[in-house]
Amino acid sequence: MLSRRIIPCLDVRDGRVVKGVRFRDHVDMGDIVELALRYRNAGADELVFYDITASPQGRSVDRGWVERVARVLDIPFCVAGGIRSVEDARGVLNAGADKISINTPALEQPALIGEIAEAFGVQCVVIGIDSLRDEDGEWRVRSHTGDPDKTKALSRRTLDWVVEAQQRGAGEIVLNCMASDGVRDGYDLAQLHAVRAVCAVPLVASGGAGAPEHFAAVFREADVDAALAASVFHSGAIAIPELKRYLQGQGIEVRDVD
Amino acid sequence: MNPVALIDAGGANLGSVRYALERLGVTPRIVRDADGLRDARRVILPGVGAAPPAMALLRERGLVDAVRTLEVPLLGICLGMQLLFEASDEGDVECLGLLPGRVQKMQASDGIRVPHMGWNALEPMRTSTLLDGIATGAQAYFVHGYAAPVTEDCIAACTHGQRFAAAVQRGRIYGAQFHPERSAAVGAHLLSNFMAVSAK
Repeated sequence: MLSRRIIPCLDVRDGRVVKGVRFRDHVDMGDIVELALRYRNAGADELVFYDITASPQGRSVDRGWVERVARVLDIPFCVAGGIRSVEDARGVLNAGADKISINTPALEQPALIGEIAEAFGVQCVVIGIDSLRDEDGEWRVRSHTGDPDKTKALSRRTLDWVVEAQQRGAGEIVLNCMASDGVRDGYDLAQLHAVRAVCAVPLVASGGAGAPEHFAAVFREADVDAALAASVFHSGAIAIPELKRYLQGQGIEVRDVD
Repeated sequence: MNPVALIDAGGANLGSVRYALERLGVTPRIVRDADGLRDARRVILPGVGAAPPAMALLRERGLVDAVRTLEVPLLGICLGMQLLFEASDEGDVECLGLLPGRVQKMQASDGIRVPHMGWNALEPMRTSTLLDGIATGAQAYFVHGYAAPVTEDCIAACTHGQRFAAAVQRGRIYGAQFHPERSAAVGAHLLSNFMAVSAK
């Protein structure tokens, strides 16, 4: 049976891992390779690296650290940040990343999803979606979220975008629920549940993990394939081996730690 | 003498497989034509992407017959394993035909998402050097939308909605549907086992 995945997310800025609250006030968390190996040894199933400043600064992800990670890491990893062309994707994949995640550039030029899927297969095309509920009760997409001053609210409904992204060739969706991100009150189960209903490819929950119970809830109630978290892992508030033991105790299928 | 020839079939995981071998102390030679295979003692055919362009690239580089007539151990990884079979439903393409059977599209159903992406358990079917030291139920990392059938060449199966071949062996022909280069200790085990198999 396919295991549910636990994915630490490492936000990268200027070659270091950082963490902010609600996408603001970034604090240095350490060296990329060191943290990658620490999470691999703790039993992480996959890692995501977000070069959070690449898109707002209008540049592509730095391939140097991608290659450094690829040399030492023996679990899959995904790279996001400023990938806006097939050539950008090729550079990151050739540097050793297993998947690339596209967010803002996919919104600006949706055809890019299909072009990358065509060139490298749908399995490596992850669409990251930053989503927030508006006053009228609709979930809508945000772009340029790496820099709060440049973040834009779009008229595009989150559920519509999830459907379109799959039609265009997305092999996986990461839904980041911005209202709950960094707050540690639990994943946005209502939104994830709604997205799950229209998402036939693997779905990754992001934003809000604060306790082991939140992981159990998101797997059980929103039926997501993977749960992503950052600060609770970086701070040591949740240790992955204990989290996995807890989930196994709850009858949720997860991979044993080596 | 070239210990390991790593065929560039255009797949994006070429670099990851090379790094995984380097972690085991093996420096592979990246091969893009039949000449590169001539003195190889072992050959690895990795692959990510779709079967038709991969077969077209192998043909264009004169590698189809060269791979078919190899006499040394051959390991196909992911798409590389699927190419070992007779044909694939993906683009209805003829493959290398080193193993009997046809690769088919995986079927999505309630709770079964395709592509099959993530860690799943290996179900041993018979003993093979390739799986030495890998425990029953050990998990490996899979990413694929097509799968090979469970035939007599299947040494480990896996279940995702349907049961399919996770690892195969027929004589000196080996294959892994999962990604050993991304399967932590289980994957390193499989690759070092392949480095130890003999050509007979």
